[in-house]
Formats: sequence, structure tokens, C-alpha cells
Amino acid sequence: MSNNDSWTVAGRTFTSRLIVGTGKYKDFEQNATALVASGAEIITVAVRRVNVSDSKAPMLTDFIDPKKYTYLPNTAGCFTADEAIRTLRLAREAGGWDLVKLEVLGEAKTLYPDMRETLKATEVLAKEGFLPMVYCVDDPIAAKQLEEAGAVAVMPLGAPIGSGLGIQNRVTIRLIVEGASVPVLVDAGVGTASDAAVAMELGCEGVLMNTAIAEAKDPVRMARAMKLAVAAGREAYLAGRMGRRMYADPSSPLAGLI
Amino acid sequence: MTDTAIHIEIQITLNGDPRRVPIGWTIAQLVSEIGLDPKKVAVERNLEIIPRSTLAQVELRDGDVLEIVHFVGGG
Repeated sequence: MSNNDSWTVAGRTFTSRLIVGTGKYKDFEQNATALVASGAEIITVAVRRVNVSDSKAPMLTDFIDPKKYTYLPNTAGCFTADEAIRTLRLAREAGGWDLVKLEVLGEAKTLYPDMRETLKATEVLAKEGFLPMVYCVDDPIAAKQLEEAGAVAVMPLGAPIGSGLGIQNRVTIRLIVEGASVPVLVDAGVGTASDAAVAMELGCEGVLMNTAIAEAKDPVRMARAMKLAVAAGREAYLAGRMGRRMYADPSSPLAGLI
Repeated sequence: MTDTAIHIEIQITLNGDPRRVPIGWTIAQLVSEIGLDPKKVAVERNLEIIPRSTLAQVELRDGDVLEIVHFVGGG
């Protein structure tokens, strides 16, 4: 086992290759327990209006310590570059973090990214000193363009957000990995542990997921499963898989048969 | 608007809703009146971010549009 198998994004080094979201959980307590089980060091969070009429409502930061975990503010729900930039400027002021997750959505039905707006936002954010990890289509050319625009990581979807369909196009994910000089993480589409393992076997630096854990029957157990799957997939990638054959090849020697 | 309130209160928009606040209030006063920890929120006034360090100096003006945000769970 490679015990020192860490990865680095924008100069920051992490041991866990699993990034988890903090949405859709039953309550903050379950969220925090699942987070511990996942072993994740980075969590995504959303930026929203405070509840002015009930300021005593429990807050995420009361359950998940921002000093212990890296908060990665996202731009979920933003459909234009301007909205996303505005959201992340506020996030930086609220938390002081410049490592952010950019996503600019194209339509509500598929939550597919709008790459024209995403690219525009990436350029502006990079110029303003942000370190954007960017949700994108599984397109090797788009991934390259994002990198040129200042993305510190490219995060292609495996399948639509929240769909749990698993990685639909291994070829394009692999092409992105081969062409990138920044970390590639599969973001969205993971449904179960094997999907996370596939992402890692393709050579991704990590996997980002939310719904696969939060909507499992037992989220804490699924969080643990994802931790193991990411580790297993990574090990398999480093080990280097056997070649594929069209036909059988016996594992026992043919010589000495009685 | 002929009553004396016009002289002691101003009208702002806070997170999309109208609100009246005493004239001369700073953003920090509003934040603490709502019961929020200023260390956990960010404030935008008329599309411009107000740095946390200056919240106690920035006075609210009639017609200000304020957004106060914080972090919530998300993917």
C-alpha cells in the first residue's frame, strides 16, 4: 500500500481523494457523522441568504468545523457567469477562502454546465485571485480551455448531477486525464461505490459526490463504502491493470497434467 | 409620509424584503439586531461587498439593497 499517496491542488495537499457535498442530508448531525465516515477533508458548501427571521436556526458551521475541514464554496444554482462570480465574491468575504468550486448551469432539467459562461467566469475569477475548481462537461477540449483560463482543477461530470447513473463515458474522462496538467476529479453522477472506483481507475485525482451518500438508505455506511472504493480504485490504478484478452487464459499450468 | 417617522427611520431592502431601520444605523448594528454573528456572514450592499472590517463604519442609507449570506449545505 502506498501510504503517502497524497494529491495537491493549487499548492494544497490532501490525503483523502474523496470530496463530499453537504446537501440533502436528514439533518446536520447525520451529515457530520457521514463526513467522518467518508474520511473526506474537503466539503462543498452553498452560499445562501441568511434567515433574517430566525437567526438562531442551527448552522452548518456549528456541526462541521471550518478549521478542521476545507470548505469549498460552490456556485450551485447559478446560471450566468455574473451570478457565479458574485456568489464567490460573497463566499470569499464570508469565509476567507479562495479555493472555490465553480459551476455555471445551462438548464434546470439536466443541470448540464453552460461552458461558454463557465469559461468566462473562470477567467474573471482567476484574475481576481480565486483558485477555481471547475465543474464541466466531459469534453477534453473544454477541459484544456478551462485550464488555460486558470482552472486549478477540472471536474467533468460522470453523469447529470444527482442522477446516480455512474460514469457514462469512460473514454472522454480518460482523455481529459491524459491531457490535463491540473488535477481531474469526477464531479457528479456517481451512484454507488463501483462508480467511484471506476473514476479512480481511470486515473482521476479524486471524486466529488453528494447525493450518492446523502440519498443512500444508510448514508453513513455508504460514506464508508465510498472511502473504501476511492482507495481501492486508486490502488488498482497505481497497480496497473492486466491487459484485456478476447478469450480465456488458464491460471493453472498446463504442464504436468495427469 | 408626513409623520415624524420619516425623520427617524429609513427604508431598506434586506434579503429581498422591505425593512425599516433607524436613521444613522451602521450595517454592524443591523447584523447584531438580527442576531447574527458577523464573523459567519458576508454583506453586499447595492451589489458591492462590504468588507467585514468596515461593517461598523458603514452607515445605512435610504433605499439600500442589502444581501446577507452565509454557508449552507450543498453539493
